[in-house]
Amino acid sequence: MEPFVQLNGLVAPVDRVNVDTDAIIPKQFLKRIERSGFGQFLFFEWRWDEQGNVIPEFNLNKPRYQGASVLLSRANFGCGSSREHAPWAIMDYGFRCIIAPSFADIFYNNCFKNGILPIKLSEEQVDDLFDRTNAQEGYTLNIDLENKVITDGKELRIPFELDEHRRQFLLQGLDDIGLTLQHESAITAYEAQRAASANA
Amino acid sequence: MFEKIWNNHVIVAGEEKPSILYIDLHLVHEVTSPQAFEGLRLSGRKVRRPDLTFATMDHNVPTKDRFNISDPISKQQVDTLTENCREFGVKLYDLNTIDQGVVHVMGPELGLTHPGKTIVCGDSHTSTHGAFGALAFGIGTSEVEHVLATQCLQQSKAKTMVIRFNGKRKPGITAKDMILGLIAQYGTDFGTGYVMEYTGEAIRSLTMEERMTVCNMSIEAGARAGLIAPDETTFEYLRGREYAPQGAAYDAAVEEWKALCTDDGAEFDLTLDFDVDSLIPQVTWGTSPGMGTGITSSVPVPENLPTENERKAAANALEYMDLKPGTPMTDIEIDYVFIGSCTNGRIEDLRAAASVARGHKVSSRVTAIVVPGSGRVKIQAEKEGLDKVFTEAGFEWRDAGCSMCLAMNPDVLKPGQRCASTSNRNFEGRQGRGGRTHLVSPEMAAAAAVQGRFVDVRTWDFKSEVKA
Repeated sequence: MEPFVQLNGLVAPVDRVNVDTDAIIPKQFLKRIERSGFGQFLFFEWRWDEQGNVIPEFNLNKPRYQGASVLLSRANFGCGSSREHAPWAIMDYGFRCIIAPSFADIFYNNCFKNGILPIKLSEEQVDDLFDRTNAQEGYTLNIDLENKVITDGKELRIPFELDEHRRQFLLQGLDDIGLTLQHESAITAYEAQRAASANA
Repeated sequence: MFEKIWNNHVIVAGEEKPSILYIDLHLVHEVTSPQAFEGLRLSGRKVRRPDLTFATMDHNVPTKDRFNISDPISKQQVDTLTENCREFGVKLYDLNTIDQGVVHVMGPELGLTHPGKTIVCGDSHTSTHGAFGALAFGIGTSEVEHVLATQCLQQSKAKTMVIRFNGKRKPGITAKDMILGLIAQYGTDFGTGYVMEYTGEAIRSLTMEERMTVCNMSIEAGARAGLIAPDETTFEYLRGREYAPQGAAYDAAVEEWKALCTDDGAEFDLTLDFDVDSLIPQVTWGTSPGMGTGITSSVPVPENLPTENERKAAANALEYMDLKPGTPMTDIEIDYVFIGSCTNGRIEDLRAAASVARGHKVSSRVTAIVVPGSGRVKIQAEKEGLDKVFTEAGFEWRDAGCSMCLAMNPDVLKPGQRCASTSNRNFEGRQGRGGRTHLVSPEMAAAAAVQGRFVDVRTWDFKSEVKA
């Protein structure tokens, strides 16, 4: 997995609470058997109408947000299904960081497996970032995972919290199957002990 | 109880990092597994415990003419699962077996789900299995690969919450109303970061299938897992099932299972209460499962909601749902009815819906389909003549699968159609682009099919004896 250390990126706002995984990637696109190529379907039903016309009011369709790599949204982002196609679509579209007041558990966990950094901030901090993003075209944020701080090149400086294990995981781009398999002998011993007690 | 199951499965306890947790049962379906098997192939790994891994196909399966999957991409996904199971030695319940069905209906039916087990599946409704006192939760595809390769997961311990369902259910109030009511009261993210244990008199009196309905929708409250302590109801359900322990082994297992229950005085990080006495049949009006109310209420007025985010979300939802604030729920007309899913596709659900449908006719404005949760549910229903009750009333009787719960198969709403659905999610586009979903119990769905609009099932004219 590609490590995440620092990101300096354009911010795109999606101003809705409870953005669910069906909105992020509708089910008709879950039939593919690859991991790649999902970005074109991100927020599909918000980006295009039923006739396939671009919906210009949706932020990701506006010229000012093209090339964004930081997604700003509201509470309970990623709720719904366990589909990892959701972070695959977000990543493939070009986002590497999502900022919201809260995330659904499974989605949050899936982000780290794919090198996406989800950052939880307070409602007030998120409100403030929405105001700044809306007010200034080309508003960019610098996400420094090493020091756990967000800056905008001006006065803004927001420290954020992240579980240390998860931070290291992203910084080093680790393979967690490999990490677990370092405990192979413990797993085998556990299985042997279970088998023995079942036969006792 | 959560602590006991957790401690029994931790192989390497993490201090500053996640623990390594052993997984007893891994269920696999066609949508979230192809990339995981491909990952194994690319890294030259095997499935560590094919004997603890069971697969079925459910999401893409047509419910009419099921062997003829017309969408080539759906067909490829189903075929890929078949090939992967063959290559990696995983037991597959495919379309040729009567056990095939929605993965969370199939597992318990086969007796694979036991109290005290750790159970995962690449599907958020894995929480269903918590009804047996198993620690069961959904995982993403990367973790599916992780479990296939290692039979373990790296997990940080969740916080614990207990929800006390106080009081008794009145007639006409179902397990679905209990969980919808809970989510309407507390929201869709109060369970985030928690494992929720459901307790109280109203939970104890539920059948296994009703308990599964409650635990199924834990994820709609934000919790990855829900738990109900096992008791005689659980043990009786498991007795004699294919993968349940048999004979003396069963008796020994029951003793072990009894020891799992939460000790008196156990401490939880959070305790919530829910009043069942005053509960009435629930219907959702919006595009999030928490946007629900009682059948005797009305569509809310967004301006009256307490926060700006709630006002905005409700206004968006009502626009999508094409509902006017203040409309009585019983005035909402519907076009479609879906009875089925891992929430409400079991035999008791079909019996309940049939008891309402018996002797009535589906409204001419409504298309109504009944999709059994598994091949076994279908056969049992046919033995009891429920299929006849449904077809005589004008419902379509289909084959098993996830169907219109998420509409990955050909069962899809057209734009603007309004559906009374026994499934678990009313998100925008969930049942088809532009489709409008109202979540209800099987009884409420069947009654809505007959009347062409929502109706309070407590006032229903039952045409013959209602089976318990």
